[in-house]
Amino acid sequence: MTGAPVASRPEAAPPPPRQEDPGLRHRLAERGIDRNLLLILPAIVFIVGLFIYPFLYGLGLSFQPKEGGGPFADYERFFTDPYQRNTIWKTLGLAIPAALLNVLASVPIAYRMRGRFRGKRLLTIVLVVPITLGTVLTAEGLLNFLGPAGWFNRTLLEIGLVDEPIRLINNYWGVFFSLIITGFPFAFLLISSYLSGIDPSLERAAATMGAGWWDRFRHITLPLLTPGLATTFCLTFVLAFSVFPSAILVGEPAGETRVISIAAYQAAYEQYDYPMASTIAMVMGAVELIVIAAVLVWRSRFYTGTTGGKG
Amino acid sequence: MKGQDQFATLTLRGVGRRFGATDALKNLDLEIGKGEFIALLGPSGCGKSTALNCLAGLLPLTAGSIWLDDTRVDVLPPERRGFGMVFQNYALFPHMSVRRNVAFGLRMRRLAKSEVTRRTEEAIQLVQLQEHADKLPGQLSGGQQQRVAIARAVVLEPSLVLMDEPLSNLDAKLRLEMRTEIRRLHQSLGLTTVYVTHDQEEALSLADRLVVLRAGEVQQIGTPEDLHNRPANWHVADFMGYRNLLRLTAGDKVGDGVRVEGSGLSLVATAVGGVPPGTPVLTAVRPEDLVVTGGTGAAAPNRIGATVEVVEYQGRELAVEARTADGVLLHVRSEQRLAPGDEVTLDVAVDRLLAFPEDDGDVAEEASTLDGVPAMSGRESAG
Repeated sequence: MTGAPVASRPEAAPPPPRQEDPGLRHRLAERGIDRNLLLILPAIVFIVGLFIYPFLYGLGLSFQPKEGGGPFADYERFFTDPYQRNTIWKTLGLAIPAALLNVLASVPIAYRMRGRFRGKRLLTIVLVVPITLGTVLTAEGLLNFLGPAGWFNRTLLEIGLVDEPIRLINNYWGVFFSLIITGFPFAFLLISSYLSGIDPSLERAAATMGAGWWDRFRHITLPLLTPGLATTFCLTFVLAFSVFPSAILVGEPAGETRVISIAAYQAAYEQYDYPMASTIAMVMGAVELIVIAAVLVWRSRFYTGTTGGKG
Repeated sequence: MKGQDQFATLTLRGVGRRFGATDALKNLDLEIGKGEFIALLGPSGCGKSTALNCLAGLLPLTAGSIWLDDTRVDVLPPERRGFGMVFQNYALFPHMSVRRNVAFGLRMRRLAKSEVTRRTEEAIQLVQLQEHADKLPGQLSGGQQQRVAIARAVVLEPSLVLMDEPLSNLDAKLRLEMRTEIRRLHQSLGLTTVYVTHDQEEALSLADRLVVLRAGEVQQIGTPEDLHNRPANWHVADFMGYRNLLRLTAGDKVGDGVRVEGSGLSLVATAVGGVPPGTPVLTAVRPEDLVVTGGTGAAAPNRIGATVEVVEYQGRELAVEARTADGVLLHVRSEQRLAPGDEVTLDVAVDRLLAFPEDDGDVAEEASTLDGVPAMSGRESAG
């Protein structure tokens, strides 16, 4: 940078060597500190403004209970009241099975859909479209399809399998189905991309060594995919854990599906108790972190290095 | 699988593979005897890797059949053929240690634990990786990974080992070392091997027999000596290091040879294939067969005068580019010290100068990319 003007004035004497300046800059650059670092500034502004500050504000708020009684009074109230405390188990009872099912159902489908075949694009679209629907549309569809007068129950009644409609909405199952419909495409896309990152010649090599398809999957693909499965589980779990609209629309928000986000909503907008709402939000975050930490500890037991593919 | 371990002949009958409308491999007939080392040789896109994948069972045939003696194997999936394969990128399982990589095939055969351990250790010893046995492939150098890949293939004592350009990812020095290693392994284990490469030197030094492919078709099958000294057509010659390919015109017979003329040259060559008088021929000669003489001595039948243009130092020898008065560019190797601008006289023996008929329709297009030929094509109307 300093050399350019010198080159344009050939008659000028060469500048005296400046040892410190380039030396320091060079040392900093070796540690990754240079002007390119400024590129992450916008991201830092966003993270501080939209995540760290609101988070710390909420954390502070949760220690200032509206009804007094010390900084931890709201936490105490939450955990001593079974009606509040049980929302944790209700939410986990929805989110963990839903996330597990999403991941486990995606694996065989994504595995089967590797490589090229006719109609792959169409099939992918069909599998992924639900991600664009949104919770409300999904809920409406579920009401029409699985409701007491919906096609599903009418069909069961017609062929005489049941005597009265099975209750599949406005309870646990309604929310569960909704979480599967919105969560599956997400898990499928993630797992597909993890699978495409595994070098296909590994399975070919295993085949030439006498491994049938199940052994190839079990010994080669699955171990290499496991870290990706853990990550996918975490992400779909977080999505499912913050379930709110479908818990109200197709669930039973006063009972079976009174999930933790409903508790937080009621505290904030029905009782106008912001400190309590913040407390519930903090508890919600802590539970998510505990589950994610447990999954990541489990994941660290597996090989997490390169998988040789394009990923 | 037991029966396949001992076989006398592996036979490929009219093996072909189409991709859409193009033939990647056409009508490959080949008999491989037990213990033979066969190299499939050709430029990229010639169908050699296709042939290997067809043999391994990774690619279904679209024509022909493959037989181990009287057993048809092309209908079997790869895991039931009992062949070992070394992949170009090694395809080591990244999450398994060297030991577990080598043991994998044995475990898949549900062998007793003690036998798996014994044979695994033997194979690791064979490729001298004892001290690296517990490392993951990612912690090994390219050459060591290569050895794991080989150990993993030979530990199963397969009836056939397939190698897909196994040395192409190594640097020059390591490549030579591993080449010797592969040859040594083949000599000590006697495993029937099919080896794919685009490197003629590698193929010549390793193989008992070579199969030269071009555009999916077999050009020639023969021993290294056959291919080196008697290429069947000019494509093979071009590929086997006949760097000087001159487009000349055939003349009358002279003794055992045939006169070839054009571009100010008049030489006596050995005809390979029919070259009736008046037809265009491609005359091929290796750089090392163009001998630099002082222009003295007995009058040789083929004497060419040229001026040195470029000299490259290559240790014991010099690689020289020289041009004749009529503009024909010649590649020469010389032990004499030459400098650009030197006038040299080149002699070539009749049996070292091969005249091939221009066989294909696409010859003009392809020949124009050959060394020396463009300089001549401009002068063709004059000659």
